[in-house]
Amino acid sequence: MTTKKRIKVIMAKPGLDGHDRGAKLLARVFAEAGMEVVYTGLRQTPEMIVDAALQEDADVVGLSSLSGVHNYFFPRVVELLKEKGLDDVLVVGGGIIPEEDVAGLRKAGVAAIFGPGTRTDDIIKFIEDKISGT
Amino acid sequence: MFDKEKLESVKTKKEEWDCGPVEKVCAKFPERRPTFTTISGEEVERLYTPVDIAGFDYDNKLGFPGEYPFTRGVQPTMYRGRLWTMRQYAGFGTARETNERYRYLLKQGQTGLSVAFDLPTQSGYDSDHPLSMGEVGKVGVAIDSIDDMRVLFDQIPLDKVTTSMTINAPATVLLAMYLALAEEQNLPYNKVGGTVQNDILKEIICRGQYIYPPLPSMRLTVDLIKYCYEHVPTWNTISISGYHIREAGSTAAQEMAFTIANGISYVQACIDAAMDVDSFGPRLSFFYNAFTNVLEEVAKFRAGRRYWAKVMKERFGAKNPRSMMMRYHVQTGGVTLTAQQPLNNIVRVALQTLATAYGGAQSLHTNSFDEALCLPTEEAVTVALRTQQIVAEESGAADSIDPLAGSYYVEAMTDQIEEKIDEYMKKIDSMGGTLKAIEEGYIQREIQDSAYRFQKEIEANERIYVGINKYTMEEPPPTNLLRVDPKQQEIETKKLKKLRAERDQKVWKAALGRLDEVSRTDENVMPAVIEAVKARATVGEICDVWRNIWGEYRPKEFV
Repeated sequence: MTTKKRIKVIMAKPGLDGHDRGAKLLARVFAEAGMEVVYTGLRQTPEMIVDAALQEDADVVGLSSLSGVHNYFFPRVVELLKEKGLDDVLVVGGGIIPEEDVAGLRKAGVAAIFGPGTRTDDIIKFIEDKISGT
Repeated sequence: MFDKEKLESVKTKKEEWDCGPVEKVCAKFPERRPTFTTISGEEVERLYTPVDIAGFDYDNKLGFPGEYPFTRGVQPTMYRGRLWTMRQYAGFGTARETNERYRYLLKQGQTGLSVAFDLPTQSGYDSDHPLSMGEVGKVGVAIDSIDDMRVLFDQIPLDKVTTSMTINAPATVLLAMYLALAEEQNLPYNKVGGTVQNDILKEIICRGQYIYPPLPSMRLTVDLIKYCYEHVPTWNTISISGYHIREAGSTAAQEMAFTIANGISYVQACIDAAMDVDSFGPRLSFFYNAFTNVLEEVAKFRAGRRYWAKVMKERFGAKNPRSMMMRYHVQTGGVTLTAQQPLNNIVRVALQTLATAYGGAQSLHTNSFDEALCLPTEEAVTVALRTQQIVAEESGAADSIDPLAGSYYVEAMTDQIEEKIDEYMKKIDSMGGTLKAIEEGYIQREIQDSAYRFQKEIEANERIYVGINKYTMEEPPPTNLLRVDPKQQEIETKKLKKLRAERDQKVWKAALGRLDEVSRTDENVMPAVIEAVKARATVGEICDVWRNIWGEYRPKEFV
């Protein structure tokens, strides 16, 4: 009998933004959905986030930003993950992110952006589908 | 208020009504929900009667405006004398751009300024620091040195406005810059008025803009309070903030309870620093949120005023009534805004403004309808300010003081929230005080649990949010969003380079040396900070002096 491997998620707050209600809430919801979750805390550089992903052997990196720095930080995390050979890590993001930035972020390798008002079960389903599909 | 006989009769009739007409109607047409609660989960009865406030003692519970226990307001005439201060929090990009927004707002009838600093400034980093990457000028204005501060207040006489600054860990530094600027405008310190937030405990609990560990952070807080008492008597030395606690997910009662708990810590710290409670008590101010459930918010404000007055009088032995007054600023609820159908937010903000007016606030910031999408555009900011002006001038809410007093509902809810505040205070005291409760993650967990519960209620459709889980619709992506120039960091970095090259190295070095020396003793740091900013030391350089002495705070994460 094989046990299904638990999905491992790093929840991270890049930059100096202190708004972590969403990140903490999702960390809890993911854990309840059976995922293994590590929350990095605030003030993470892209390097710190990627190190955490490497050390924890993460399947998913969730990035949360409400201070308008997503266009800098999110692509940088994807880029660094690639440099470390972690191409298969799913990167998703959320926060206050204008619709017109979403296409650019997706092109940069962020799999999805979840804005305010998204249902948490939609996010869980997205992650589960993506991970089991690979 | 009601005699025993009358109460008995109301009670009997209410029971008859419950068992008679109500039951009959409910059998045919059930109520919309099995139970009704406020957005915070406070239970709401079908009907309130005198029975719900049976022990109501007018003098003890309410009194008169401007008199203990201040339930009805802190001033005798409230808004009949002067409307609340309309103070829109603003700041983005360079000091020059923000200065233009300030002068626009003042021209539109705004009566006070409120400075939003960018995150590097709030975290004590200069714009050229590696951790400032991407953040410069984003959520507020970038201030590195007194040069920037001078531009920020260009053509604004500091004796004609009051200025609120949302700055905490580096509050001493930004206040020092403001005072140095006042000197440049030939104004004595007692001619400038305003507020610094200076509330480090809520940064640690939920807002995240901390630098140093709690104890040295508290020392800076107390130094600032003490210095202002002696030299800047009209300054509000702290704005003890529940706003962010609520934003992080707390209930209304938790917002008030944890803010008062933090307030108690500050008062105790000042007393421990040999200050008399009536010396600094009158300069303490507060900052709260206002959500859309009007009556719950009104009850929260009234309960908070009453509870704080008792704390100051009974717990700390204050004699001066001004020390017992909870004076506060309100900002409407950022998290109540939706990115979906953003124009609906104007209505939410209007209701929150009404709650604030009925609640008796001293000043108010109304959020702009586009803030779940981006920083507010000028159009949206104008609508937000007009919302206040309509409530103030047209609704009549400002014409009679505490007009909801005596409502069975409002008085019962006020009591209900006050009881919750008291329960939390007892719990926190039994844990050994706020710092202990924070250290153990108790307060953080209580807030996160409420946030979680709320999210679950929304997703289960137990609570309706228009545009989120009901009345949704397809809409085109929003346009006209405000953008901050991404070149910002380059601009600021160039300015810093120039500053560092041209300032008097000897004076600058001596000033920082002096600050280092003073900070290692019990002496008040403020004079040395003022000298340092005059010597054109930057926010980052000054904060680094303290980082070297005290180290940086690394919180445990409680998820």
